[in-house]
Amino acid sequence: MAINIKVNGAMHSVPAAPDTPLLYVLRNDLGLNAAKFGCGLAQCGACTVLVDGKPVRSCVTPIDTLGQSEITTLEDLGTLEHPHPLQAAFITEQAAQCGYCIAGMIMAAKALLDRNPQPSAADVRQGLAENLCRCGTHNRIVRAVMRAAQASGRI
Amino acid sequence: MSAISRRDFAAGLGGITLAFTLAPRLAGAQQPPRLPGSLDNNRLLDAWIRIGTDGNVIVSTGKVEFGQGIVTALAQIAAEELDLPLERVQMISGDTERTPNEGVTAGSQSIENSGTALRLAGAQVRTILLELAAKRLGADAAALKVADGVVAAPDGRKLSYAELAAAADLHREATAQARPKPASQHRIVGKPIARRDIPAKVMGGVAFVQDLRLPGLLHGRIVRPPGYGAKLAGFDLARIKAVRDGTLVGWIAEREMLQSRIARPLGDLAKPEEFDGARLKAVLPGVVAVVRDGSFLGVIAEREEQAIKASLVLAESARWVAGPPLPDEARVYDHLLTLATEDKVVSEKEAALPEGVKVVEATYRKPYMAHAAIGPSCAVAQLSNGKMTVWTHSQGVFPLRGNLAMALKMPVENIRCVHAEGSGCYGHNAADDVALDAALLARAAAGRPVRVQWMRADEFLWEPFGPAMVMKVRAALSPDGRIADWNYELWSNTHSMRPSEPGGNNLLASWYLAEPQRPAPPRMLPQPAGGGDRNAVPLYDFPRQRITNHLIKDMPLRVSALRTLGAYANVFAMESFMDELALLANADPVAFRLAHLKDARARSVIEAVAKKAAWKPGARGEGGRGRGIGFAKYKNLATYVAVIADVDVNRASGRIAVPRVYAAVDAGQIINPDGLENQIEGGIIQSMSWTLKEEVKFASNEISSRDWATYPILTMPEIPSVEIELIDRPDERSLGAGEASQGPAVAAIANAFAAATGKRVRDLPLTPARVKAALQG
Repeated sequence: MAINIKVNGAMHSVPAAPDTPLLYVLRNDLGLNAAKFGCGLAQCGACTVLVDGKPVRSCVTPIDTLGQSEITTLEDLGTLEHPHPLQAAFITEQAAQCGYCIAGMIMAAKALLDRNPQPSAADVRQGLAENLCRCGTHNRIVRAVMRAAQASGRI
Repeated sequence: MSAISRRDFAAGLGGITLAFTLAPRLAGAQQPPRLPGSLDNNRLLDAWIRIGTDGNVIVSTGKVEFGQGIVTALAQIAAEELDLPLERVQMISGDTERTPNEGVTAGSQSIENSGTALRLAGAQVRTILLELAAKRLGADAAALKVADGVVAAPDGRKLSYAELAAAADLHREATAQARPKPASQHRIVGKPIARRDIPAKVMGGVAFVQDLRLPGLLHGRIVRPPGYGAKLAGFDLARIKAVRDGTLVGWIAEREMLQSRIARPLGDLAKPEEFDGARLKAVLPGVVAVVRDGSFLGVIAEREEQAIKASLVLAESARWVAGPPLPDEARVYDHLLTLATEDKVVSEKEAALPEGVKVVEATYRKPYMAHAAIGPSCAVAQLSNGKMTVWTHSQGVFPLRGNLAMALKMPVENIRCVHAEGSGCYGHNAADDVALDAALLARAAAGRPVRVQWMRADEFLWEPFGPAMVMKVRAALSPDGRIADWNYELWSNTHSMRPSEPGGNNLLASWYLAEPQRPAPPRMLPQPAGGGDRNAVPLYDFPRQRITNHLIKDMPLRVSALRTLGAYANVFAMESFMDELALLANADPVAFRLAHLKDARARSVIEAVAKKAAWKPGARGEGGRGRGIGFAKYKNLATYVAVIADVDVNRASGRIAVPRVYAAVDAGQIINPDGLENQIEGGIIQSMSWTLKEEVKFASNEISSRDWATYPILTMPEIPSVEIELIDRPDERSLGAGEASQGPAVAAIANAFAAATGKRVRDLPLTPARVKAALQG
């Protein structure tokens, strides 16, 4: 059996059972590393991707519920040569320790900035309240998101 | 390092064995001179530094990255001494076939051990290159200048490292005689260089062992027992049939299934059926093999979700005989104090006790805490042509290899462990365990690589926790308000059950095999670094003191090294009690500490943080708000940190908010200020999470902390602002810092709470329930 999903602008036919969580398809069928398995319970946010622009926990999202939705992962944002303002800001702020949560953080932050381009620091904290970081890099992450917001504002 | 592991190391490097055997170590020969840092047990220059004919340098370190920025910092040190641009230094870390054996990356020792080795090896290699160049150029070596890997003579002639590489014999013993650069000449060390590992992490590159996708990769999952020591009795195959028939669905609801398994841990069957892997294979799609060895049970499938589903079905049908029950959580400290101990007085000072002292005492407690990595542990293993290769985020690839060899009954030379980053570990978590899991499954995978990642509940239920501890302190205060006597006792399990411990196998699955192996016996880790007694010996100058470490031998919950070992709890107890004594002496906490402290650098960080936070001597909290200070020199050997925290106590809800934290830090010569600040701040925030929220919950036969709902950690809206002052001491030795701020942070928060409310909570964590109880008491 195969299911069609649209990821980062391209259609893919994947040989997975319909109830397969999107996370495993992204990682193993499409070779996308960014979304991470953290809990499988939608508690930590490490697997966050955007579905039609909204942050979604790919670890609990069966692929057969996605229909024609546009799925966006961190890989679609930018490259080393042309980073997205969020990616550039995370590098400038060195906003990572182990970095396992970072892809999810950036995707949650992107959803936040898309709906609120000039958030306050408190907005950012609230917007990332359900993305867990264990290393204590939170303040750098908030600074990176604020920096990205400012950079986007100038464009 | 023991003689055995040195031999293991040599064996793995082929040609280098010769150099070891040629070294003058025959019976009766003189001991080789002691070399600084990790050079002492990895004495060949080319074990550390090799120069390519392109002039680029390959630097090897036995220390590994887990987000603390060590590989970048070590590259800075090597590039500095070699006078090379950073980008021409390629780093290799943690590979049993390619890097020095530096044991375990732990205890904030990498800069001190690996950094020292690379600094001295780099200086020596540079000298060798300069001497070669001097000969070729017919110039005096002292007159040559080096920049960016090019040696220049006064007359303008130049030779690059690339041109010198072939003639440079680095296959020789390090001497540690070449003088490293003075700090005044540093261009790379001391700079906030961007970390090498971060770009891949923000771009979705291959950054973690979790991302390793070797050709033909299979996926494995393990079905762990329902509790410690349970034995696999058999299977209820009707349950598997129910799966096939679709009456048992919802495999995403892992939690529910686990709970149902625990509710019915043992066969509700009169006679459990025998294991039949082939039958399971037949009903579950994608399953390649079911592996059972005694009570170790795992499954391999073509697709990851198939492996997960199969493991859940296996879990649902497996029937177990329960192991020994866990102690009652409500009385766990009392229980621990009844267990047999090995006791040692680790520090003692005698002096006459003055007349008229006031004697006070208090008992502090710290619960079991989890490492609780965001990413569950993962490894990839492949058995190919009799050789097992394991990609692992272990903190110690060499010790892991030793335990793997024991469990797999393979010679160490047939096992290679290669480090790849994982999620942050904060000590000995399940990284090593999952490596054995993957290796056990790889034996059934016909040469294909197998990736195993633990599920969230596996990680919480089976990781080794940071041990629960009890600290009792009794002190005498003289009439002039000085501490005249300090008597401190602590009770704790060991803080290291790592694979590096001798005398057993410390990998989880090895205990459940058909021929089970035994864990290593717990041992008291020696002072001055200590284990449970880490930072139990005060840095304060007390005239009279007695510090006793009681090592509890029996381990009702699985334990091992959690970041800081005993230091977090000991600094909490000691620094809390310092504040209790200051209050009794009617003294300001900052002044009281300084009055008992001669160490000039210790005084400096306390004074610096007091200044930064605008500490007002004698200021008292006002009901809900207060501030507190905590100080420690980590291990009494490493970085000095003083922390001041402000708290805001909601008296109705019992919640403690920490809006602001200040810290002053002296880590000697700073290698990378941004990395140092990141580590110190991370340590403060993690400590705050431990302090306000974290304790492992358990009931009679199960660990009940199994996910982020039952083991909550600090979240983004709760994070304080953190201001850090780094005191650089370019002429002092660099000191380890990764674990330096946790102790001072818990003490500052606990003291701030007491200052705010006038009540002291001596049991961690400072949960709303405890806070409310204290406020009502």
